This record gives sequence, structure tokens and C-alpha cells, in this order.
Amino acid sequence: MIPILFRSLGELFQALLVIFAAPLFLGWINTWRAWLGNRKAAGVLQPYRDLVKLMNKEAVLAYGASPLFRLAPYVVFGSMGLAAGLVPTVSTDLPFGPAADAIALVGIFALARVFMALGAMDIGTPFGDIGARREMMIAFLAEPATMMVLFTASLISHSTSLSTIAETLGTHHFTLYPSLVFATTSFFLIILAENARIPIDNPGTHLELTMIHEAMLLEYSGRHLALMEWGSAVKLLVYFSIGISFFIPWGITPVLSKEEVLKAFVLLFLKLALLGPLLAVLESLLAKLRLFRAPEFLAAAYLLAVIAFLSHFILEV
Amino acid sequence: MNKDISIQHVDEAGYVGLAESISGCGGRLVALWGARTYGFKGVFSAYCHENSLLVARLSLPDSRSTFPSVSALFPSAVRMERAVRDLFGLDPEGLSDRRPWLDHGDWGTRAPLSESPRIATFSGDDGDYPFVWVSGEGVHEIPVGPVHAGIIEPGHFRFQVVGEKVLRMEERLGFTHKGIDGLYRGASRAKAARLSGRVSGDSTVGHALAFAQAIEGALEIETPPRSKWLRGLFLERERIANHLGDLGALANDAGLSFGLVQFSRLKEDLFRQNRDLFGHRLLMDLVVPGGVARDLEPAGRDTLIRSGIALEETVRILETLYEEHGGLQDRFMGTGVLSPEIAGRLGLTGVVGRASGQRGDLRADLNRPPYNDLAVMPALETSGDVRARVVVRFFELLECLRLERLIMERMPDGPIQCPVPEGVPGSEGVGWVEGWRGEILSWVRLGRSGTLEGGHSHDPSWILWPALELAVPGNLVADFPLINKSFNLSYSGHDV
Repeated sequence: MIPILFRSLGELFQALLVIFAAPLFLGWINTWRAWLGNRKAAGVLQPYRDLVKLMNKEAVLAYGASPLFRLAPYVVFGSMGLAAGLVPTVSTDLPFGPAADAIALVGIFALARVFMALGAMDIGTPFGDIGARREMMIAFLAEPATMMVLFTASLISHSTSLSTIAETLGTHHFTLYPSLVFATTSFFLIILAENARIPIDNPGTHLELTMIHEAMLLEYSGRHLALMEWGSAVKLLVYFSIGISFFIPWGITPVLSKEEVLKAFVLLFLKLALLGPLLAVLESLLAKLRLFRAPEFLAAAYLLAVIAFLSHFILEV
Repeated sequence: MNKDISIQHVDEAGYVGLAESISGCGGRLVALWGARTYGFKGVFSAYCHENSLLVARLSLPDSRSTFPSVSALFPSAVRMERAVRDLFGLDPEGLSDRRPWLDHGDWGTRAPLSESPRIATFSGDDGDYPFVWVSGEGVHEIPVGPVHAGIIEPGHFRFQVVGEKVLRMEERLGFTHKGIDGLYRGASRAKAARLSGRVSGDSTVGHALAFAQAIEGALEIETPPRSKWLRGLFLERERIANHLGDLGALANDAGLSFGLVQFSRLKEDLFRQNRDLFGHRLLMDLVVPGGVARDLEPAGRDTLIRSGIALEETVRILETLYEEHGGLQDRFMGTGVLSPEIAGRLGLTGVVGRASGQRGDLRADLNRPPYNDLAVMPALETSGDVRARVVVRFFELLECLRLERLIMERMPDGPIQCPVPEGVPGSEGVGWVEGWRGEILSWVRLGRSGTLEGGHSHDPSWILWPALELAVPGNLVADFPLINKSFNLSYSGHDV
């Protein structure tokens, strides 16, 4: 029995890994986006440089900003950091795992989102309002789909605990679950919508009237903006980690031995290295959807999740 | 002076009468501007009727400070008349809109070009500009600009929306006012020619050409044939560069950055070629009164033919790509519709007009070299949405490349400049050119010893900005940038 302290340190290490690797993953995606557009990339380390630059800049606050506005970046980043610790990325041996299951994780994301939206509306600029309003529209459509995907995965493993799901799916003999095929597809659509990627939102736009996520950050600067941006990067990686732990969990280890952890680490790295370009290819091929097509997009995600849910009962029980 | 341009001296009754008869027989207003020089104070209005330009020149006695408004006949006259009031202190009689337009209260004077500019304190009253309000349940306002999140020209847009749907959009322009009309006064001809090329940087050839034609019209001189062909070449290259830029930007605004990257590369190559062959990326200061400043070397001719063929191939591939991209077409189709009826009522021309069923392209309509020898094929679409404006741009781009090739093949040899006499002080001329955005007009009045007494540069954006306001309602707020980009109007050219 490995002492609880050591296991806790393992979980802490895992959370820090996700938090500090998140900008690298974002840089990797951006590099591919640049390559696919026949451009020279700024390098995979660019997000780190941006964060350092922002951290060293003065944080300017708008007149009339309430404490909520200042609090929001910390809540957002804190929530994402917490989420990073709850998702099995390297090991499923998470001593704090039982404290929060998949449903609680969705709640943590919702908490971050609510604070982000409130912070955006706090200043009272029209763009903050527009962004917050649109973000809420996307969120309330994406959340049910997310829940259905999580339920589908937990039906197979008979648990809503993320560790148990990853462990069950990862240690099984390889079986093709039709329900997981639908769930994977649905979850990929959700990742795009939840992380402000094309075709729902455009992370590279400067057109304030079309923004969703960026519009909420327009009034932030300096360290506040850095935390918001960093939080978004962590969120993206956490979503990919959830996807990996549910749908391609092989390699994530239940035991904390040196070889197993190293193997899990290398496999995680490879999976992310392949998934990043996949996202970049998709983003390069697609145009942004007209805003009112977003509900159709997310309805498709929800429908796929429901089919996944039902096909579990029809085909797998 | 070109046969297709005539200036008519009219009194106030004649001024209104002319507007009425032009309006009655389906003509359109091209430009309206004020002027005050040593021997003259008055207002000009230029109309297009059956492919010729009729300029009404209303001279006002010193005691009069009003002129009759023609805005009831031509709705696009409203802002130009408001600008005349702001700049010259001449009051358009019968114009119901009493709000200032170019004057935001920040100039330190009122009516700076009138005979007696009044000193005014800095009022900074822009915040109080009375936009038209929409009221009702759930209606709210979104102010946008003049400072934007991206690096673009300044302009303010006031949206009245319900949720995401735009009920009304109103523009507030004038932030880049430079006082061009005032700078023309007393300027030497060389300085004025340079100035005309800087009214709007993306249309530098068009504006410089209109100005040069105005000077040549006032002097009644003809430039050598080769200079006319070179001017055509410059004008087409400017059109190619701008259409390339717009097509890329339109895809980017719809979230497809691939289009922007590809078209930006093509545009940059074109600019570099301009620099290598003609010494300036945007072809600034190449069109001068009396001809052109630089000739095309024989080696450059071959380069242009070769690169034109390569460019055309790439553009055709990208055209197919745009047409077959479902996501892109979904964004373009049915967005920002400007119906042919409204476009006709406003007398639109240029890319926007031709996308809304308005025939008319001065290159094809006027019998002028080099275009009378090239059988220019004007674009025409009738759906009036963003898609139509994209299609018109692709069509014109490919047509430009064909024209460029023909110009290369048929350009006559000879001198590229003719001597420019000093001219008689007080003589006036008008230039009229199909710029890449639409019709550009320029008016000059010659002064003593090679200077100008007055001048005016009219950008098509004057006519097109009000049309944008009519294309937006009913669309989503999030689609406005795309619609705006499909118009791509000049702030600088409008704010003069």
C-alpha cells in the first residue's frame, strides 16, 4: 500500500502537468494551424511567451469595475486547475477522485463559466454583454450533451467516477462499443463548442461583433488576462484529457510504478501530439458557422449523445 | 474637356429644375460638393444621365448663404449637403436633417471654408450626437467604434437590436477628416496632384487619375496615347490588388483563414512587382497631370504577361474553392441583401451596385482609350447579398487580368507626358473615373501661376455608405463585419 501522501503528491503532479503543459498543447495546435495555412509558425512556445508578457504588464481596471471583475480570473483559473487534478491523465490512482465525479466536473466548468460571464457583464460594455449572452447560449446547449456523453461512459463502467471509467475502459480487453463511437463523435463536437474553436467561435478574430469567448475578455489586461487565457488553455487540455480517458484510455495506469507512469506519460504525449493536428485540420477546413446555426450544431451533438446512450441499452446490455 | 462631361451654369431655379428633370428620366446623382474661391461661391451637383456627366454649377451671390436641397429627389444627397453645411456654412434649404455630419465639434472653428469661419470652443459634443432611436420591448443599443478591436479605420456604428437581430444601424463618420478641400486651395499643381493621390490610399490611382483628368479638362489638353494606356494599366492593377485583398478578407471574416493567407500572398506579390517595375507598391504619384511619371520597360512587359497568367490560374483555383466550400457559401448567401430596387433608388454604382443589379461601369460605358479598344465586360449580379459581391469581385478580377494582358499586347509606343501649360486662372475641369470601388470624381479650378483656387475629390463611398445602413437590418449582429467587408468602403475617402 503506497502511503496516501505519496499518492496525493502524484495527483498534484498530474494537475501541475496539465496546467503547465496546456500552453504547449495550444502552441502545438497553433503551429499546425499556421502550417496548414502556408504560414510560418510562431513556435510551440509562443503561448508561454504571451503569458509571461501579460504577467509582467500592468493590469488595467475599468472605472466602475467591482471586486467581482477582479475575482473572476482567479475563480476561472482555479476551477480549471481543480478540474486538471480530477481528470486521470497519467494515472487513475487519484486519492481525491472520489470527491468529485463526472457530474461535479461539469459543475466546476459551469462555475468558471458563470464567473467569466458575470465578470464580462460587470463593466457594462456592450461587447462583454454580447459575449456573455452568446457564451451562455452555447453553454446551455452544450451541457446536456456533455452530460449524456458522460452518462453513456458511466453506464459501461457502472460508475460516474472518472477514474473508474478510465480504469474500466482501459483495462478491458479491446471491445468495440457502438455507444462509445457515437459518444466520441458527440464529445468532439462538444470540445469545439466549449473551447471557442471554429466552427462555433473564432479564436483568431479581431472582429468584436462576431466574438463569443474573446468578447468576454476584451476588458481584461495584464495578469488578469493572462489567467483567463491560461485558464482557457487548461480547459482545452482538460477536455482533451477527458476525451482520452474515456475513449482512448490505453496507457493510463492504475498503479504508480516507475515504468508504468513513464509509459503512460509517453502515450499521453503521443495521443495529444496526434489530436492537436486533427483539431487544426478541422479548423483550417471549416468556416465559422452563422451564429444561429450553432444550436443546430449542438443539437447534433446532443442527438449523437442520446443515440450513444440508447445504443448502449439496445446493443450492449 | 472630354465630350462626355459638361458643366452647366445654373441659377437656383435651374439647379432644382435640372435635378428634377434628371430624376424624372432615371438619371442618378454622382456627387455634390461646395466651393468657395476668390471669384466664386456656390454648390456643384453632378449627375449621370445616359453615360454622360452633367455638372450643375450653382453660383451664389455673396449675400446668400443657402442653397436649395435636392435630397428629396436624390436620397444620397443628404450627407453631402450636410457636409457642405459643415464646411462652407451654406445651408441646404429643405433638408430636414439638421444634424452636423463631418463636424464633430472638435475643429476649433465652425464652417472653416466659409468666408468668415467662426471660432468655436472645443465642444467634444460627439457623445450627444442624436442617433435615431428605436424603442420597444427588448430593444437595446450597441455602440461600436470609432476605436475597434482590430487595426482598421475609425468609424462609429450604432446598432439598435433585439437579441441578435439588427433593427437599425446608423453610421457616424468624419473621424478621419483631413480638410482636403481646404488644402487644395492655393496649392501648387504638383502638391495638389500628390494630395489627390492620398485622399484614400487604396484608391490612389483612381483619385490621382480623376484629378489629372480634371486639370487636363480645365487646360483643354490631350495626353499622349501611351500615357492613357499606362493609366489604364495602373488603374487595373489597383483594382486587382484591392479585389485580391477583399476576397481574402471576406473568407477570413467568415472564419476561413486559408482564404486570407492565399489572397494576401497574391496581393503582396503584386505590390512587390509594382515596386520593382514602377517604384511604388501602391502606384502612388505615377499618374500626374499631363501623363504618367514612369514608363514600362520592355522587359517589364514580359514579366507582367507571365505573372498575369500565373495569377489567373491561381485565382481560378481559389474561385472554385470558394464556390464549393459549403460553410463559406452558407455565410455568404442571403447575408446583407441590398435589393436592386433600393440600389437603383440610391443610384449605386461600383462593385456594390453591380452586385445589386445596377448596370454601369464607366470603363465600358464611356468611349475612352484604352477601354474603348478592349471591349470591357461589366459584371452584373442581381441577388445583392454578400455572395453576389464576392462573385462580382471574382468576375472583375479575372476580367482585369484579361484587360491587363490586352493592354500589354496593344499598348502604343510614344511619349508618356505632354507639356502642361499654365492655363487661364478661373478655368474649371472635372475628371470622372471608374475606380475599383466605384465612380471617382474630381473638380478643380485653376488659379494664377500654376496653383489651384479650389478643388474637390469625391469618393464613391459617399454614395455607398448610406446603402450599407440599408443592407444590415434584419441580419444578425454577428454578420455585420462580413457585410461591412463585402462593401469595403473608404472612411478616409468619405471624411476628406
